[in-house]
Parts: sequence; structure tokens; C-alpha cells
Amino acid sequence: MMQPLPTRRAFVAGSLLVTVLPLASAEATPDAMAAAIKDVVGEAEIRLGRVTLDIPPLVENGNAVPVTVRVESPMTEADHVRAIHVFNEKNPQPHVFNAWLGPHNGKAVIATRIKLADAQKVVAIAETSRGEFWSASTDVIVTIAACTEDVK
Amino acid sequence: MANVLINAPKTVRKGETIELKALILHPMETGFRPGANGQLIPRNIIEQFTATWNGAEIFRMKMSPAVAANPYVSFFAVAKESGTIRFQWTGDRNFSAEGSVMVTVT
Repeated sequence: MMQPLPTRRAFVAGSLLVTVLPLASAEATPDAMAAAIKDVVGEAEIRLGRVTLDIPPLVENGNAVPVTVRVESPMTEADHVRAIHVFNEKNPQPHVFNAWLGPHNGKAVIATRIKLADAQKVVAIAETSRGEFWSASTDVIVTIAACTEDVK
Repeated sequence: MANVLINAPKTVRKGETIELKALILHPMETGFRPGANGQLIPRNIIEQFTATWNGAEIFRMKMSPAVAANPYVSFFAVAKESGTIRFQWTGDRNFSAEGSVMVTVT
């Protein structure tokens, strides 16, 4: 009867590890988005903050949703935003866009228009020249979906 | 010839940060939508957008099908010297388009 105890303990410890570790990046985000984010970020820590993701919370038409990503950064040679990546949860593919910037941009602000296939969470991640990753996410409600609207 | 619309100030002070806006007419067909015959319409998107200032790259963007039709992009740049800002779009089916503006830096 001594044998099962350590393994049970190991199992409990192991399951705790699994639930605690991904907290920072994953909060119930679907796997595809988590995988796409991991492709870009690797094992680095993603911190919340410094990034503002402006999307209207209620979107009537998912075919063209205005998005603005702003990142707080001095944009100097020593400390600037190197890239901004945007992901979504429920479109057919998790990628939205990746943009590469540098100190010559002066401001780390990008605006564009995107498609959203469903009410979902959109995530923006900024990569700095110091190798840090900052993020913001917004929940968007979409009434007319894009991308796959004719599929039944 | 693709239709391109670019917005940039004509004259700026040296060191000023200016907003550059670019719009291009393009369907950005996702490849996930069935057409009238029930078959999926093949993907046809712009994959890459780049901007150069006198030849030096100032902005690059990789687009996915999730970028809306007629992609619009706005970003900023520090005005260092007078010259040409060139915008270039490339994508599926050997799509390629460009546009440029002259900016005078004083």
C-alpha cells in the first residue's frame, strides 16, 4: 500500500503544474490562437499592459471592423517596439496581421480594418527591442459575421 | 492596374512624426467562402505590404485573410529627409501594386 502514494502525489503535483503554468497567456483562449501566439512569442512571458487595442465592442458588420493598436514606447534606438501581432479566436485562422516597426516610426500606432467571423476575443501582442512581450485583448460582439458568411 | 489611395502630408518639419495612410482596392478573398456554384472561391489575398522612405524600409506588414477587403493601413514615421515614400503590396496570383508620394521636409 506504500507504492501508490508517491505516484498519486506526483500526479496531483503534475496536474497542478499544468493548470498553473499556462495562466499568463492562455485564459480559456482556444488552442489554435494559443498555438499561433506561441509561434511568435516562443517561451517568453507575455505581460498585460502597455498595449491598447481599440475595437468597437459591438460590431454590426464583421466584414470591416476598424482596429487601432497603440503601444506605449519611447520608440528610441535602445527601446522601441519591434513588432505588433494581432490574433483572433474564432475566424477560420488565428492570424490577423503582423507588422514590423522600428525607431523610425516615432509612434507605435497602427490602424487597419479586419474581418471577424463571430463574437470573439481579439488579442494584440507587442514585441519590444528588449525582447519583452506586452499584450491587450478585447471581447467583440459581431452581429453579421465575415469570412464564412455563406457556409451553412 | 490596381487602385491605390495614399494620404501623407506634403510638407513637414524635420523630426516631426507624421501619419501615413494607404488604401488599395483588393477583394481579399478568404478562400473559406463558397461561391454561387457551391465550390469554395479560391483564396486571393494581399500577403505583404511594405513602405520605404528613400529606399529604406520604414514599415512592413504581413496580412492574413482576416484583413478586410480593400486593405487600409495607417502608421507613423519620423520625417528625416525629403524624398519619396513608396508603398508596395504583393499577394496571391502574383499580385503586385505600388504607389508613392513625395514629402518635403523643411
